[in-house]
Amino acid sequence: MTTMEREAGAPPAAETSSKRSPKVSSSERKSQILWLVGAIVIIAYALIPVAWILSLSLKAGDDINNQRFLPSDVSLENYRIVLSSDIFLSALRNSVGIAAIATTISVVLATLAAYAIARLEFPGKKLILGVALAITVFPVISIATPLFNMWRTIGLYDTWLGLIIPYLSFSIPLSVYVLSAFFREIPWEMEQAAQVDGATAWQAFRKVIVPLAAPGVFTAAILTFFAIWNDFVFGITLTSTEAARPVPAALAFFSGASQFSQPTAPIAAASVLVTIPVIILVLLFQQKIVAGLTNGAVKG
Amino acid sequence: MAAIEIDHLVKQYPNGFKGVNDVSLNIADGEFVILVGPSGCGKSTLLRMIVGLEDITSGELRIDGKRVNEKAPRERNLSMVFQNYALYPHLSVRENIAFPLRLKKDVPEEEIRRRVDEAAGLLELGELLERKPAQLSGGQRQRVAMGRAIVRQADAFLFDEPLSNLDAKLRGQMRSEISRMQRRLGTTTVYVTHDQTEAMTLGDRVAVLRKGILQQVASPRELYEQPANLFVAGFIGSPPMNFLPAHVEGDCLDTPFGPIPLSRERADAVAGRDLLLVGIRPEYFEDSSLVDDAKRPHGSTFQARIDFTEWLGDAQFAYLPFDAEPEVRDRLRELSQELDSDQLRTQAVVKIDASSRIREGQTAEMWVDLRKIHVFDPRTGENLTRDEEAGAELTRQVAADRAQQVDLAGGGRSSGTTETGGAGPTGGAHRADAPQSVDVRDAAGSRQMSGGSTT
Ligand SMILES: Nc1ncnc2c1ncn2[C@@H]1O[C@H](COP(=O)(O)OP(=O)(O)OP(=O)(O)O)[C@@H](O)[C@H]1O
Ligand SMILES: [Mg+2]
Repeated sequence: MTTMEREAGAPPAAETSSKRSPKVSSSERKSQILWLVGAIVIIAYALIPVAWILSLSLKAGDDINNQRFLPSDVSLENYRIVLSSDIFLSALRNSVGIAAIATTISVVLATLAAYAIARLEFPGKKLILGVALAITVFPVISIATPLFNMWRTIGLYDTWLGLIIPYLSFSIPLSVYVLSAFFREIPWEMEQAAQVDGATAWQAFRKVIVPLAAPGVFTAAILTFFAIWNDFVFGITLTSTEAARPVPAALAFFSGASQFSQPTAPIAAASVLVTIPVIILVLLFQQKIVAGLTNGAVKG
Repeated sequence: MAAIEIDHLVKQYPNGFKGVNDVSLNIADGEFVILVGPSGCGKSTLLRMIVGLEDITSGELRIDGKRVNEKAPRERNLSMVFQNYALYPHLSVRENIAFPLRLKKDVPEEEIRRRVDEAAGLLELGELLERKPAQLSGGQRQRVAMGRAIVRQADAFLFDEPLSNLDAKLRGQMRSEISRMQRRLGTTTVYVTHDQTEAMTLGDRVAVLRKGILQQVASPRELYEQPANLFVAGFIGSPPMNFLPAHVEGDCLDTPFGPIPLSRERADAVAGRDLLLVGIRPEYFEDSSLVDDAKRPHGSTFQARIDFTEWLGDAQFAYLPFDAEPEVRDRLRELSQELDSDQLRTQAVVKIDASSRIREGQTAEMWVDLRKIHVFDPRTGENLTRDEEAGAELTRQVAADRAQQVDLAGGGRSSGTTETGGAGPTGGAHRADAPQSVDVRDAAGSRQMSGGSTT
């Protein structure tokens, strides 16, 4: 995930540095060069591990010991192994399903809650936001064991629901926090204008506030999805079989082509594969997160 | 179309502060009423109470005779233009304007299209319909906000300082457009502003608010000629009225600019008081050497030192400092703070002919027209020389003008739209696209103070 964020952040910096007009003073040129160097360093820092994993995943058999960065022969063997492995496919199914369900529920509930927090004055509002923030920094590992025991007793162990519930309890507070900041930015008057125009409170929310908050909602959705997609702690402690085990946990159980060969290259291939949905999501949502959507709402 | 009756409305905030305090005002069907006052006086609050965005603490609000205190904004069928326009940024101009119609389930698509096109035509938005608000200029956004307000055939329009974000030129243009539009649609309109010009030129009647309390409701002319108190006198007019300290001495007022003789009734009105304030508008002064012989007997002349002059081409302002005792100085400073004016009040601003050769630092002979000056009690602020009958007469005149103009505008509406307001004298229309100060001065007649003594 860290890699992804860096990747997403790098292109604009590179763009700035390449925008060079013919007449620039030497100090401007110097700062541009600095920008360029900085951008290259950051891109390299972010992309080299990715490139490495990619090259690793393309090395067949014993080729991973070839002492070189690039594979001697580009081979898709590892991908074939991974994609024909039941462990990986079921894990992928679990991950996609659990992350999608948990993200949807989390974002819908958080949107409603954040709207109430941003718009209504009620006692304990500060406390709620404070607690929400506290939960997002709460060490996940400390509740893993209690949950393990509890889920086994009540039968939620190794089920999708058993993972969705803890995911929700961590992602909703974060989304509420992010979204309430977003809602606060939307001028009250948008909504009042809608009411004067004849909208009910619900219509005003649905037709005006939600579209305006869409960038925030997508941001929250992406953050939530990534957090769940990358989760390892709950994935490994609360599951035991292919019924619910998500990809990050499943990779640890990966064994490769035969019992005796090191699974490094297939794991690299699996890692590349699980990164693909994340990249697709970012590309899709990036267009939705249009900065400054509220431009033009007010004044000039 | 609707009449709005504001009956002893009070808005008390949770901290106990009264943003609007016992305001009563009847707005007739089709009337254009301006709410004006310095910043923080409760104009927006009152408007938002009318539209339903602010709860009413006590009092009653009636639209067409029906109590609406408890009604939600959407049940009041009023439309509002917000100070910052509050356009929906995610919708195109067309959809912004159509928004109120789409919320009504029963308006067919082609009807929506027709009405949006009609409103857009009226506001010259035709080519902008497919744009998003972010792609519009300030004036265009303002017109879109207006389009959204008029498309719905609401019972009344409420405007909250709609022009305050525009530059001076555009403001002038939009002002006349609003005026024309209201005239044409004949819809009851309440318009909040703190701009002098908008207040004087747009409204049939102007309601002046101060700290949540209604001071006076009258036609612009009446406010200008017959202000109810010191606050209204100081607020209306630009540059503002000069206030000079005065002591009663028999039939005369002793002021820093020499004695001012009083007529019988006026002398009676001020008798028995010690300190008074005399209110004289800048244009009542003139360079003594340039006064017509015919006019001269209506005023008096005095010598004064000119501190500073400003030549503006069509006229000239001169600043005449005067001495005032601490009590008066404090009162004047207080007043100017309240009026949001930065004017130093212990100097008189006088407006004289542009050809006058009076120069800074000289002592010059000035003439002052005494017919229309007013005398105020500095403690209560009450205008002791207010002539109710003259004021009512002014308002009757403009009511007649309005009737005529409404017929001309072809609004198809009958003329009897004036009605006595709850807190002030009658209102009528006065439409002045041209500067009005000249004819106002002559129309006000010579029934007031007369006399001509010299220092
Ligand atoms: N929630 C609140 N609690 C307490 N006082 C408030 C509250 N909201 C507004 N006020 C006060 O009510 C008064 C009236 O406010 P209002 O917005 O009506 O002023 P205004 O006349 O529209 O001023 P402006 O010309 O600056 O827009 C102000 O003095 C303001 O400080
Ligand atoms: Mg206001």
